[in-house]
Amino acid sequence: MITADSLALLIAATLNAGTVVALASLGLLINERAGVLNLGAEGMMLVAAIAGYAVAVNTGSDVAGFVGGAAAGGLMAAAFGVLVIWLNTNQYATGLALSLFGAGLSAFVGIAYTQQQLPARPHFAVPGLADIPFIGPALFKQHPMVYIAIALAVGLSWWLMRSRAGLVLRAVGESPESAHALGYAVRPIRLAAVVAGGALCGVAGAYISLVYTPLWVEGMVAGKGWIALALTTFATWRPARVLLGAYLFGGVTMLQFQLQGQGVQIPSQWLTMLPYLATIVVLVLISRNPTWIRINMPASLGKPFHPGA
Amino acid sequence: MTSPVSKRSVLKLAGWATLAATAALVGCGKKDAAPEAASAASDAPASAAAAAPGPLKIAFAYVGPVGDAGWTFAHNQGRLAVEKEFGDKVVTSFVEKVPEGPEAERVIRDLVGQGNTLIFGTTFGYMEPMLKVAADNPNVKFEHGTGYKTAANMRTYDSRTYEGAYMAGVIAGSMTKSNTVGVVGSIPIPEVIRNINSFTLGAQSVNPKIKTKVVWVNAWFDPPKETEGAQSLLNQGADVLFQNTDSAAVLQTAEKAGKYAFGWDSDMSAFGPKAHLGSAIINWGPYYIKATKDALEGTWQTGGVWWGVKEGAIDLIGVPEVVPADIRAKVESIKAGLKDGSYVIWKGPIVGQDGKEVLAKDAVADDKFLGGVNFYVKGVEGSIPSAK
Repeated sequence: MITADSLALLIAATLNAGTVVALASLGLLINERAGVLNLGAEGMMLVAAIAGYAVAVNTGSDVAGFVGGAAAGGLMAAAFGVLVIWLNTNQYATGLALSLFGAGLSAFVGIAYTQQQLPARPHFAVPGLADIPFIGPALFKQHPMVYIAIALAVGLSWWLMRSRAGLVLRAVGESPESAHALGYAVRPIRLAAVVAGGALCGVAGAYISLVYTPLWVEGMVAGKGWIALALTTFATWRPARVLLGAYLFGGVTMLQFQLQGQGVQIPSQWLTMLPYLATIVVLVLISRNPTWIRINMPASLGKPFHPGA
Repeated sequence: MTSPVSKRSVLKLAGWATLAATAALVGCGKKDAAPEAASAASDAPASAAAAAPGPLKIAFAYVGPVGDAGWTFAHNQGRLAVEKEFGDKVVTSFVEKVPEGPEAERVIRDLVGQGNTLIFGTTFGYMEPMLKVAADNPNVKFEHGTGYKTAANMRTYDSRTYEGAYMAGVIAGSMTKSNTVGVVGSIPIPEVIRNINSFTLGAQSVNPKIKTKVVWVNAWFDPPKETEGAQSLLNQGADVLFQNTDSAAVLQTAEKAGKYAFGWDSDMSAFGPKAHLGSAIINWGPYYIKATKDALEGTWQTGGVWWGVKEGAIDLIGVPEVVPADIRAKVESIKAGLKDGSYVIWKGPIVGQDGKEVLAKDAVADDKFLGGVNFYVKGVEGSIPSAK
């Protein structure tokens, strides 16, 4: 029943759907590698979605919209970072509060924008490659952010594992005491990681309101932030697996709609569960070796650090 | 006068119930009642407020945000119509984003406590909570939207959304080139299934070759998922989309892909100027005004109503010039026929998906039949999720 054409469209839609979750999840990965757990992803994404939307509506520029979204996400993350890193508030409670605060704030700010429209934008296509049959429509007619997300995952993977700065970041997440003893400024490094993570969640939020569902409605992130949080864990804090999991999630989501449309005799409630189940099962299978999980999980995740204690 | 009471809480993702429960505990606090509502809550029992001279206090409980540009937005337009009609004889207030279920009971009790004597609950899931609160407050009148249980002081109201769906179908049938239309369904209950069928019947009335593809997102409001569902339908060859979900995401997706779609519940034309083939809207104003009048004049009685085009509750608006003139004229004549009762949508012969006749020739479906539609008509593909 799936023709070559519809398969190409399915792949294209999968990349598009996976990018939202991948961007946010990579951001949270940076956070968590530095030992900070930020449950506020959903709130940051919502605020970034309206911030990016507002900027894009007023300037007519998508790029400015993405920058606005990243700034909004980074700003919220900075507030969170100061609270949990310097004032040692509970990371779980503060993250949840951030999430709820973001939902309310975005709704309030967004009232003026529910009926506003983005200017019409061009369709993107990679010159030359987009005309190749099958491969073109499947891979090369995406928004640039789709390719940026892939580059980001590859770059982050290298940076974390192969660069000195990445090693320092991981050291701060594994054993802040040791990093501190070696003379690294644990708290500023953690703050930088939190802000970077927030900015990426912001880009993901802006992607939703600018590209994925180009409009603003209250609560439009609809749980993608929570999925990104879960994905980071199931992907055992490894960027490549995050990307794989995000595409898997997007792909199964699109596939289940395809199956519904073709009248497959499976209750749609089961199909709706499928993306979550499939993603969890595959990632658990990949990382079924418990030693691996322990090696990858930042040892000080969620624990506050008191220098000089 | 308006005294909006806003309440923000709860993450909507069902799979994260535990997390959501914790979150609700942390975040339920933000709630600003207007001063007059607060003072009424402290000292005036509901019955006294009813007897005392002064404006009638009316409250609305909404399931979504007023800013959803769809279902809840339409209800809020109805509330504003009441304010406009009765001026200082009424005071209205609303609480938005009240989740269906136990939380609703607490909010509705709160509204009674604030001295409201006419309370509208605008979603199916408030039925049981409202019944409970109604039993404890015989002097308060309860109006429940889209339900079926009543009490001495609680009645139901609903709108014939399927009439709008049918008229949209007529347009869809004339505009499709692939003879495939798509519907993004919300939750598989009779109301939504009836709309999908009516849309299909409308399309088939002008184009017998119509096939309808359906995807269910299993949510009323989830813009990313609505987008994904709409995209999937387009990928499968549907070129006119219809939705029974609350946001404008489906229309937006069609706009982006250069295809057609409809607005639902409210006028959504702004979200897809090129894609928009019309909005099937619900106008709650006339009923809300009637209910308020009944309460003011003491003629309020329990019962249930189901209003449609005839009563001015349903309309299809904003049909653009790209739709052929004869089709636009046909929609207008259907509208006129529904108004004077000469046109019937659910009239036999109607054949089910399995080829069996569900409505014999010339038989007219009564409201009981329409209320229990749990089958697809011929031309709709797929199976209804809950059907055993």
